[in-house]
Amino acid sequence: MNKELMRLHVNGEEREIAITPNRLLLDALREDLGLTGSKRGCDDSSCGCCAVLVDGTPMLSCVALAASYEGREITTIEGLGGPGELDPVQEGYAEMGGAQCGYCTPGFMIATKALLDRNPNPSLDEIREALSSNLCRCTGYMQIYESVKYAIEKLRAKSSAPVSAGR
Amino acid sequence: MGKNTNGFSIIGKPMAMSDARAKVTGLGKYADDLSVPGMLTGKILHSPHAHARIRSIDVSRAQALAGVKVIATGVDARNPYGILPIGHDERAFALGKALYIGDNVAAVAATTAEIAEQALDLIRVDYEQLPAWFDPEESMKAESNWINDERPQNIEKEYHHAFGDPDKGFERADFVAEERYYAGEVNHAAMEPHATLAIWEPDDRLTVHSSTQVPFYLHRTIASVCEMPMSQIRVIKPLIGGGFGGKSEIIPLEVAAAVLAKKSRRPVKITYTREEVFLAHRGRPITIVYLKVGISRAGKITAVQARVIQDGGAYCGYGPVTVLYSGALLGAIYDIANVRYDGFRVLTNKPACGAMRGHGTVNVRFAFESMLDQLSHRAGLDPLEVRRRNLLKAPCITANSLRVTSYGLPECIEKVFARSNWSEKKGKLPYGKGVGMACSHYVSGAANPIIRSNMPHTTVYIKIDRDAAVTVYTGASEIGQGSDTMHVQIAAETLGVRADRIKLVAADTELTPIDLGSYSSRVTFMAGNACLNAAKDMRDQILAAVAKKFGCAAEELEAKGGHISHRSDSSKSLSFDEAVAVALEFHGALVGRGTYAPPEMARGGKFKGAGVGPSPAYSYSAQVAEVTVDPETGQVRVDKIVAAHDCGRALNPLTVKGQIEGSVYMGFGQALQEDMIWKDGRLMNPSLLEYRIPATKENPEIESIIVESIDPEGPFGAKEAGEGSLAATIPAIANAIFDAVGVRINSIPITPDKILEALREKQKADAGNGANGAKRPSLAGNAR
Repeated sequence: MNKELMRLHVNGEEREIAITPNRLLLDALREDLGLTGSKRGCDDSSCGCCAVLVDGTPMLSCVALAASYEGREITTIEGLGGPGELDPVQEGYAEMGGAQCGYCTPGFMIATKALLDRNPNPSLDEIREALSSNLCRCTGYMQIYESVKYAIEKLRAKSSAPVSAGR
Repeated sequence: MGKNTNGFSIIGKPMAMSDARAKVTGLGKYADDLSVPGMLTGKILHSPHAHARIRSIDVSRAQALAGVKVIATGVDARNPYGILPIGHDERAFALGKALYIGDNVAAVAATTAEIAEQALDLIRVDYEQLPAWFDPEESMKAESNWINDERPQNIEKEYHHAFGDPDKGFERADFVAEERYYAGEVNHAAMEPHATLAIWEPDDRLTVHSSTQVPFYLHRTIASVCEMPMSQIRVIKPLIGGGFGGKSEIIPLEVAAAVLAKKSRRPVKITYTREEVFLAHRGRPITIVYLKVGISRAGKITAVQARVIQDGGAYCGYGPVTVLYSGALLGAIYDIANVRYDGFRVLTNKPACGAMRGHGTVNVRFAFESMLDQLSHRAGLDPLEVRRRNLLKAPCITANSLRVTSYGLPECIEKVFARSNWSEKKGKLPYGKGVGMACSHYVSGAANPIIRSNMPHTTVYIKIDRDAAVTVYTGASEIGQGSDTMHVQIAAETLGVRADRIKLVAADTELTPIDLGSYSSRVTFMAGNACLNAAKDMRDQILAAVAKKFGCAAEELEAKGGHISHRSDSSKSLSFDEAVAVALEFHGALVGRGTYAPPEMARGGKFKGAGVGPSPAYSYSAQVAEVTVDPETGQVRVDKIVAAHDCGRALNPLTVKGQIEGSVYMGFGQALQEDMIWKDGRLMNPSLLEYRIPATKENPEIESIIVESIDPEGPFGAKEAGEGSLAATIPAIANAIFDAVGVRINSIPITPDKILEALREKQKADAGNGANGAKRPSLAGNAR
């Protein structure tokens, strides 16, 4: 299969890569763009480790063809926070034990980000529902819920705080 | 949470993991995230037959494929290996026979994964199929076609132990129960599939980055398999995406990558598919437990007899250790004077089993705690009260020579009794709802090393130079459990500096001293003690130099709050940076050294097999599960689990709770839904879609409670937290199901069909003898 030049919009930057049309988005991100934050945990779209945001919606990049996502806004875990700055979701998972081995964490944070973007004040059941496509083998999920709650509080404090100069 | 933190600045306080930022930013590197220029991709050819003689292998067509750089088969690495010195029965690739569907026959390294896979298809292997063994109880009767010629009757190992006088104990019993219990096979299912990158260096050395819990054993094994001195090999452990024991012995891809790299003189990376993870396996074996327990009218256990048969798969692995733990850990939890144990590790033509969280104890604990519940009911006693009446009087030495120092089980029981509202609920909930309780325990590291020696189990170095940064060098393996953070906390607390001053270099055999690995919950106790000793050594050197400057005794100084200060004269104080400069002038070089080896009296008895089970300290857990059972569908919902765990001292309550909850979660999965399903040696569910680990929807609410018994020998009193809670979860759920609908399921996972079958049998039995009790025990065993 011949490679074609493709433009992907990833983490706010346009990236050009030469890939075959059957290249999976996960492989394009990990191998062609060096964005190894998205993980492969299974072979059958059952674990959620590879989730990325496509136009704000979580998608499994292991079952998506990269070529189909030209012109879409793709956000990986590397693009969640700013340079040297954590997104409140990342802060929550770091501070509250949501990341033990950390391998499922990118997928969980992507799912959490998508949830909080559309529902800044979810109930525990809504959190469980939103995270139900992701598998974690370490935490027993309790500290993941704590991490999400931390992010909710953080975002709430941020939105009610006066706009500060400089950013 | 975290009592007894008196005076500590860092110990006992919740602290985010030291590598958390690397993980949440996606910048941390796991083995499969690594790549180097010129790297080849390796793929392994697996046997399609469960037991077959390999007549010949023809690689010529594969070799001719463009892009194929090297192919390796059994003749390229003939040295056998295995995690135990008594079990060197594996090779990089099968020589002579393939022993299970998935056994490793050959491997290819090529410029792309696609080419490597095409090449596998072109390898021609001529197999002669042999009769195969799949059922452990059939396999151990085999008269011919043994899996390993040196293991007659396919028995890898058997042990027969008796302590006290079991026969007399049963004579004294007022109630005796005898049952057969069955536990299906489960896999660690760590989210990260194994990956290994082996790099042949320009100076003919080999560097191996691998997803391992045991860099040191990997180092030794690669040296032997590749016939190179250990000094020419470097093993580096990157971030690890979960282990749970699945990365605690040498996994076939690790030696395959090393052999391919050596043969091709190129870097080679192999990453398992999820199916290959299941085929490499090393999970918890199918376990059959024939258990007999006697208790007195007062609820005192008078004797225990267990015959345990484990389906070990085709290779030895950790097998003898697993089956010894199953017997040894009948002790050190309750006061039991009379125990008979017969353990059999049996070979079958399936992937090798191995160590999995709660190694060896989990399935036997399920049987034991279920039976104790059953006997309590027959005696008309509250099962929680029966546990209270069988407590050890610690400190003590058990009948099987295990030394128990700290013993927080009584407090664990009282904590879950109170938090679960046990007395309001047990036997009092409406039909379909129930509570059950169980206890468990685990070792804080094995007192005897796998490879016997008198050398330390762990060594830690600490270096300080003119930047006054504190660098801790440890061989201990962070696998997500908090090993790195634990070192940071202990070093910072001891030196009286902030945690962010500590830099950690870990698990790199070229840079760091020895640690035996992350298994048997040994890291906090053993590496923690070594780190504590190294930090004290460093502190003492700094204090000595500062004391000389101040003209006082070193004992008059303390390291605290980033300063070295006189305890009573506040005018004598230096900042840590100033103190380091003084110490460097005085000593020239500042290196702290610490080691740990368990004390002689913790190392157990002298009988055959006594080496497994002894530990410098044991953790304890008590749990209450609350369930809802739908008698129409057999569906079980676990509403809540209250789990109290005695970890000695919680160095970091955040990570301790994470470990307790993770253990309960894994026990929950095994109790109700996880099961590797075999048909003629073929795994029918080798994926996370079909092998269902619990997701958020089914997982219960878990309330974790930390109990601190302050162990006399643990670092700051700490013991293990990562495994001991798993085993109690399964019987707590099984006992709650009995409380809910009156049936005992002796086979895990407890699936809806088993519950429905038991309910039907109970209905028949109740109708037969005119009983009307909704909550009477069924004596029906489950034959599976």
